[in-house]
Amino acid sequence: MLKLPIYLDNNATTPMDPRVLEAMIPYFTDHFGNAASRNHSFGWQAEEAVDYAREQVAKLIGADPKEIIFTSGATEGDNLGIKGVFEMYASKGNHIITCTTEHKAVLDTCKHIERQGGEVTYLEVNPEGLIDMKQLEAAIKPTTILIAIMYANNEIGVIQPVKEISALARKHGVLFFTDGTQAVGKIPVDVNKDGIDIMAFTGHKMYGPKGVGALYVRRKNPRVKVTAQMDGGGHERGMRSGTLNVPGIVGFGKACELARLEMADDAARLSKLRDKLENALMQLEEAYVNGSREHRLPHVSNISFKYVEGEGLMMGFNKNIALSSGSACTSASLEPSYVLKALGLGDDLAHSSLRFGLGRFTTEEQIDYTIKAVSDTVIKLREMSPLWEMFKEGIDLNSIEWAHH
Amino acid sequence: MAYSEKVIDHYNNPKNVGTLDKAKKNVGTGLVGAPECGDVMRLQIEVDDTTGVITDAKFKTFGCGSAIASSSLATEWLKGKTVDQAVAIDNMDLVEELNLPPVKIHCSVLAEDAIKAAINDYRKKNGLEELVFEEKGVH
Repeated sequence: MLKLPIYLDNNATTPMDPRVLEAMIPYFTDHFGNAASRNHSFGWQAEEAVDYAREQVAKLIGADPKEIIFTSGATEGDNLGIKGVFEMYASKGNHIITCTTEHKAVLDTCKHIERQGGEVTYLEVNPEGLIDMKQLEAAIKPTTILIAIMYANNEIGVIQPVKEISALARKHGVLFFTDGTQAVGKIPVDVNKDGIDIMAFTGHKMYGPKGVGALYVRRKNPRVKVTAQMDGGGHERGMRSGTLNVPGIVGFGKACELARLEMADDAARLSKLRDKLENALMQLEEAYVNGSREHRLPHVSNISFKYVEGEGLMMGFNKNIALSSGSACTSASLEPSYVLKALGLGDDLAHSSLRFGLGRFTTEEQIDYTIKAVSDTVIKLREMSPLWEMFKEGIDLNSIEWAHH
Repeated sequence: MAYSEKVIDHYNNPKNVGTLDKAKKNVGTGLVGAPECGDVMRLQIEVDDTTGVITDAKFKTFGCGSAIASSSLATEWLKGKTVDQAVAIDNMDLVEELNLPPVKIHCSVLAEDAIKAAINDYRKKNGLEELVFEEKGVH
């Protein structure tokens, strides 16, 4: 049976799995202790729960539990990982390499570092959204201390060549940080096989609670340390002070366990649904998939429908379908998506994009409904679009002198 | 952000979508905005030469719901007005009628610009001097 409204914005956040909620509840009321209270049973219970969750989290990414630092989420993890390395390894150098399609939590952290006297190289991506390995190698210099490249992109789902990047980093004695927010729990991520030194990720993108995440910090080959960004009681091996969010951590742990057990099935099912959606929508004229279709998360599709504007498009069905657009109109800045622009898309195509993010609770009926609703709205709005009319009349839109405002 | 009822109504049931014959002398066409900015409006008026009354108005818009609603409402207001009365349509009237939030005011400015561009196109075709308008500068 068709369930409305349909949520296809799972890259923004996911609903919490009821099994996660169930695991968390006792830790709000009965087992409410502070995990740092060493002298009574309330504290011991909380500590035990945190230790168990730490194992669940570590197991998902092939790490040792001691390598997991709990945080408030991926933004904190990005800040702690990058600023923490910049400060800890200041004697080795001050140069960081990242890329233009990173999340703002990475890009703005890098901007901060530049203001602190650091040097940052922003690699461009090709039209597929992938960085160029030769450019990366060429950017490495004696002062380079860190390569920070995301695992998978939040807007287009494109997966960077993580293994190649880490091999290159290792060859040059540079640390490798990756923002794993969109990838962890969705595709197999293994810090050892992937050669990751530091990785930020978060609970609420994988059916866990908001406000809790982790930073993976490698302990062996090499042993990595990051400078704490908050002063306090020295929790989390001195790298992240603050009383642990025990219920959140318990939920995050449960979410990681479920992801580990169900990832393969979820991914197989969702990639089929995603392909069905994408293939059907690509039947529309002048529709373009943004980013690599080959190196991509199984549940994500970003499509531009030329000559219609994204927000206007969403309005046609947003009573029943929730998704995102790269259109400027969805943000206060009036600037379209910088990620899509980095792929070389013109502003007009960036304005015309929709991001579909499927998730564990997406059904085939919902995808069928979405195909029809989106197709109908695209056709309806094109009938209303002066650009579509001009295109159909064979007028080159570039030949028109537009009044830019 | 939630849309007002009136914006939703114009979006779902846009008034006067279409195209007038721009070759006709009594049809004025205004094309404003730019694809890169995410909104383009084309607004057309057909004028009765003897009375100066706008007998028909049509639009096509590439843009968000507020842009579509602004142009749809503008065409409704234009019909039956004389060209001189149409010049007086102010974007803030559209904002008020549609309850546009501040971030969408530029949509109404674009609609006002489209009206003025259509009027000037009509004037030019009929040997009249083009009117000079003050820049609103809210884009």
